[in-house]
Amino acid sequence: MILEAPQPDDFDADRIDKLATGIDGFDFLAEGGVPQGRTTLVVGTAGSAKTVFACQFLAEGIQRGESGVFVTFEEPPKAVRKNMRGFGWNIRQWEAEGKWAFVDASPQLSEKPVVSGEYDLGALLARLEFAIRKVKATRVSMDSLGAIFSHLNDTAQVRTDLFRIASVLREMKVTSILTAERTDEYGDISRYGVEEFVADNVVILRNALVDEKRRRTVEVLKYRGTSHQKGEFPFTVISNQGIVVIPLSAIELEQSSSNLRITSGNKILDTMCGGGFFQNSVVLVSGATGTGKTLMVTEFVAGGAANDERCLLFAFEESREQLFRNAKGWGVDYGKMEKEGTLRVICRYPETTGLEEHLVKIKEELDEFQPNRVAVDSLSALERVSTLRGFREFIVSLTSFIKEREVAGLFTSTTPTLVGGTSITEAHISTITDSIILLRYVEIYGEMRRGLTVLKMRGSMHDKDIREFSIDGEGMHVGNPFRSVTGILTGNPVYMAQSELDRMNDLFRGGP
Amino acid sequence: MSGKYRLTLYVTGNTPRSERAIANLLKLCRHHLAGRYDLSIVDVLEDPETAEEERILVTPTLVKEAPSPVQRIIGDLSDLEAVLMGLDLTT
Repeated sequence: MILEAPQPDDFDADRIDKLATGIDGFDFLAEGGVPQGRTTLVVGTAGSAKTVFACQFLAEGIQRGESGVFVTFEEPPKAVRKNMRGFGWNIRQWEAEGKWAFVDASPQLSEKPVVSGEYDLGALLARLEFAIRKVKATRVSMDSLGAIFSHLNDTAQVRTDLFRIASVLREMKVTSILTAERTDEYGDISRYGVEEFVADNVVILRNALVDEKRRRTVEVLKYRGTSHQKGEFPFTVISNQGIVVIPLSAIELEQSSSNLRITSGNKILDTMCGGGFFQNSVVLVSGATGTGKTLMVTEFVAGGAANDERCLLFAFEESREQLFRNAKGWGVDYGKMEKEGTLRVICRYPETTGLEEHLVKIKEELDEFQPNRVAVDSLSALERVSTLRGFREFIVSLTSFIKEREVAGLFTSTTPTLVGGTSITEAHISTITDSIILLRYVEIYGEMRRGLTVLKMRGSMHDKDIREFSIDGEGMHVGNPFRSVTGILTGNPVYMAQSELDRMNDLFRGGP
Repeated sequence: MSGKYRLTLYVTGNTPRSERAIANLLKLCRHHLAGRYDLSIVDVLEDPETAEEERILVTPTLVKEAPSPVQRIIGDLSDLEAVLMGLDLTT
């Protein structure tokens, strides 16, 4: 090793480097990863995915050519190997290849040691150092501290030893993760108060119950001497992948906007929008059940396919068979389009997983299929499975995934009342989407008719009329504006007699 | 009470705590187990592999391997009563 005299102006030398964990999204919010050569404490309640985090830290390291040591205080190695298989991590093979080593400090059930006098964790430290040298590890995970405190009574001694272990790891230039339990989602950092002296860096994993729904978040609480993103970020745990963090603040409002127009699939609607939708814009179609939202989606898809554009359709309300049958009823053959590769239809029941996982899956599909158009029918169905905050985050993320890929998006949203009204979905996303189209029932003389209007279209002139439309076997037919009815959007249409209209018009013309 | 005692003491280097444990154990063996024990001492710094196999977490740890049952006694063995109890030598 060559030692050089420190340069007085070599400010960078004092900087704390970060080691990329490889955990999807985490490195963004941690601004590069975990502090290199330090110990980072990861705390969370039972079931908050601490062990997954600890394992993934090593697994991602191995995929980058760095070996790791896993110190297990709680589960025996056999259980860890088994539990982590579902994430696609073949620990047994890594052990055989000398990339992963266990230090087994799990409790032995068969015997309870008799205590006679003072002791320390010298043996554990010796084993850890040995394991690190054996596999030339640069990463260490220790999971989880609670267990060691519960089978050794001398907590003061254990704390001192943990401090010693952390400093030895630092000397060996090893970056480590230490997990610990906490009792409350929002309370003391950890149960045994280890954070003050073991780690300068604390990450909190939460698994809070909000409105009877689980919401997982990760927060970097402190990184001494280096920066990180503040606040909680939602994450999800996915098979074959592990933890995936959704880095919300990274993705807001960075997209460029395009002036290229694409067809909505309906000529008159294109005209109403001033020549079609913008290429990388997100359009929200809002309407009560049965007003024609799914039809608009179908025309949007068909319009794209007719121009050899690739369309990706996510359906959360209807089954595949239903969708295909409906489309056929309007003269659109989804089956043929799928065969030709211009369409992929993905049907999922919203309740099957959490919203975060839906988002990750949607992103995967976007990356895989590389569509020009994406439709989601409907967002309201997804609203049911999430908290309000989670839902807003979902829409922000989804919108930016779509826009950063320069893809046109069409979302539908169901209003709770048949006439007039808005949905919670709209309240959350109307500012995020570029255009809003309203479909409404209009009751005139005891007859239900349908009206359509372009409420908003960012960056373009558009038709301000509320037009009547009808639906038949060829799709949607947009007709003339409702001239003699007011109050449609509020759900209280008032019919004005023709004679009254004429009188009003005459009034402005200055008399007959 | 019959049969030979097989004991292993795990220590970490030449720390005062290790030496104290060794001294306490030798004294005990002379008084209570004269002529009927085998004792080996393992320094985990020199032989971490054995410590790993035996899953030794703290030092000093005394393991009574025979007669059964296997029993572990942790600490510097300064509490004689506890050690005797752990070795099943209380009368």
